[in-house]
Amino acid sequence: MAYYRRGSSADAMARGMGWFSLGFGAAELVAGRGIARWLGMEQHTGLIRAYGVREITAGVGLLAMGDPKPWMWARVAGDVLDIATLATGLNDDNPRRRNVELALGAVAVATALDVLGSGMLHREEEEALTPPHDYSDRSGLPRAPDAMRGSAKDAPIPDELRTPKILQFHPIGMG
Amino acid sequence: MRALVWHGTADIRCDTVPDPGLEHPRDAIVKVTSCAICGSDLHLYDHFMPGMEKGDIMGHEFMGEVVEVGSEAKSALKVGERVVVPFTIWCGDCDQCKRGNYSVCERSNRNKATADKLFGHTTAGLFGYTHLTGGYAGGQAEYVRVPFADRTHVKIPSGLSDEQVLFLGDIFPTGWQAAAQCDIQPTDTVAVWGCGPVGQMTIRSALLLGAKQVIAIDRVPERLSMAKAGGAVTINFAEESVVERLNELTDGKGPEKCIDAVGMEAHATATLDSLYDRAKQALMLESDRAHVLREMIYVCRPAGTLSVPGVYGGLIDKFPFGMSMNKGLTWRMGQTNVNRWTDDLLNRIQEGQIDPSFVITHTVGLDQGPEMYKTFRDKQDGCIKVVLKP
Ligand SMILES: NC(=O)c1ccc[n+]([C@@H]2O[C@H](COP(=O)([O-])OP(=O)(O)OC[C@H]3O[C@@H](n4cnc5c(N)ncnc54)[C@H](O)[C@@H]3O)[C@@H](O)[C@H]2O)c1
Ligand SMILES: [Zn+2]
Ligand SMILES: [Zn+2]
Repeated sequence: MAYYRRGSSADAMARGMGWFSLGFGAAELVAGRGIARWLGMEQHTGLIRAYGVREITAGVGLLAMGDPKPWMWARVAGDVLDIATLATGLNDDNPRRRNVELALGAVAVATALDVLGSGMLHREEEEALTPPHDYSDRSGLPRAPDAMRGSAKDAPIPDELRTPKILQFHPIGMG
Repeated sequence: MRALVWHGTADIRCDTVPDPGLEHPRDAIVKVTSCAICGSDLHLYDHFMPGMEKGDIMGHEFMGEVVEVGSEAKSALKVGERVVVPFTIWCGDCDQCKRGNYSVCERSNRNKATADKLFGHTTAGLFGYTHLTGGYAGGQAEYVRVPFADRTHVKIPSGLSDEQVLFLGDIFPTGWQAAAQCDIQPTDTVAVWGCGPVGQMTIRSALLLGAKQVIAIDRVPERLSMAKAGGAVTINFAEESVVERLNELTDGKGPEKCIDAVGMEAHATATLDSLYDRAKQALMLESDRAHVLREMIYVCRPAGTLSVPGVYGGLIDKFPFGMSMNKGLTWRMGQTNVNRWTDDLLNRIQEGQIDPSFVITHTVGLDQGPEMYKTFRDKQDGCIKVVLKP
């Protein structure tokens, strides 16, 4: 079974990307035409809406479908698709070329986060699946701890490090 | 000679440097046979402690053979003797030394003026630990100059291995002092934050000093398993609520004694205060992360004692001091007065009451030191304590 742990920092990152996917996907779906226009790529309105559906799917996957690793990789694949699509808008006769460059920059940042997050999730799995070193025999004591309890009660501890009798918890005279 | 040299954040190299020589009649030169990497060294490695300079030699937990003795140290030390060198350098003559407070010796810090400004009054000189405490070359090297050598040493009888006695120079007395200054009573629960080498020594010390219950807190599984071997009940702070568990284990009253064996690089699992600390530390508005201190103040039983062997370097923020004052807590802290405890502890090792070598997980040559810093810091490969053989 795949390992993942809710609440770890890798998981927090995956959830963050999940919420981002949901939000951005919704925007692509609802405002597909506006985005396309802004990019000077109106012919791709349909494609952008489809990408919105893809983002929402990844978002739901990341937030609600257990192991986030496959969904993180799905996001990475989606990022590559986004980059390829945006690259077609980089030609000189696109008056909105500057916006396409901005969008590419943003996608690059998202890609970096996705790759980083996937890496973190895999490392976490690796660590969790290697059994910890067993140091249960390293007591440093000649007998069982319970048998050693208090065997240094006679230690020379200077008075100034002692709690004044009147401030001690136990009844005076004990111990 | 070869030595581990600080070059900057996470940059320690095994360099060839000039051999040390006697600079003062009370000096001695020790040929190092074993030395260790301490959690305190990690604060330098990560550069959370100010006052390091490029070229400084690291290391303050070391032992070896005396190879040269200055004229004024000759009455106390002879060439050929085997010694552990305590990390706190002490003169033996000042008012503080006379009271046994060696870690605040008034004379051994040769950069006293700077320390006076920074701390109000100087503390002792330390090996390999920034220019605020003297800028003395450290012991992760083939040879070390030991200032005030007539006092600053522990003679080791034959028949004990390096591994058994090396930690007398730092972590064993540190864990011991952390527990001793809690004045442990047979009815006490002692909670220890941090199961690194210092935490491990603290756990054993609290047990030997008679604590009814020792509770150890960390999140590294193998460190928790070693804590358990020493008789502690363990709490994994990544998986359970520390405060809830501590209350559960003490009938809702909290531990009488709380010990911070973590220090300024405390981790926390996404609590509000930890995010706040990390942000502030990154912006250099705060030098230390105080999560453990806050947790101790909160959970400690009123009228209890907080003992802080963990090292802090500067300023902390959002500190619930009102809580501490109103609960009437006692604070005990400081660098360890190493030589104050070593005679007694050496005896206990000789008698077989404890063998501190249990904590060693890695032994390598000096040249592998730099990579071991990383292994130790990142707790890779089950690493708990590294011993280097120059
Ligand atoms: N007072 C002295 O004279 C003296 C001497 C030696 C070391 N020290 C200090 O003692 C501290 C510990 O040293 P070490 O060698 O054991 O180092 P270490 O770094 O190996 O151990 C610290 C441990 O604390 C754990 N930890 C981190 N956050 C925690 C949290 N919130 N709750 C519980 N545990 C947490 C870590 O997982 C780690 O196992 C350091 O600050 C070091 O500088 C002080
Ligand atoms: Zn140390
Ligand atoms: Zn002194």
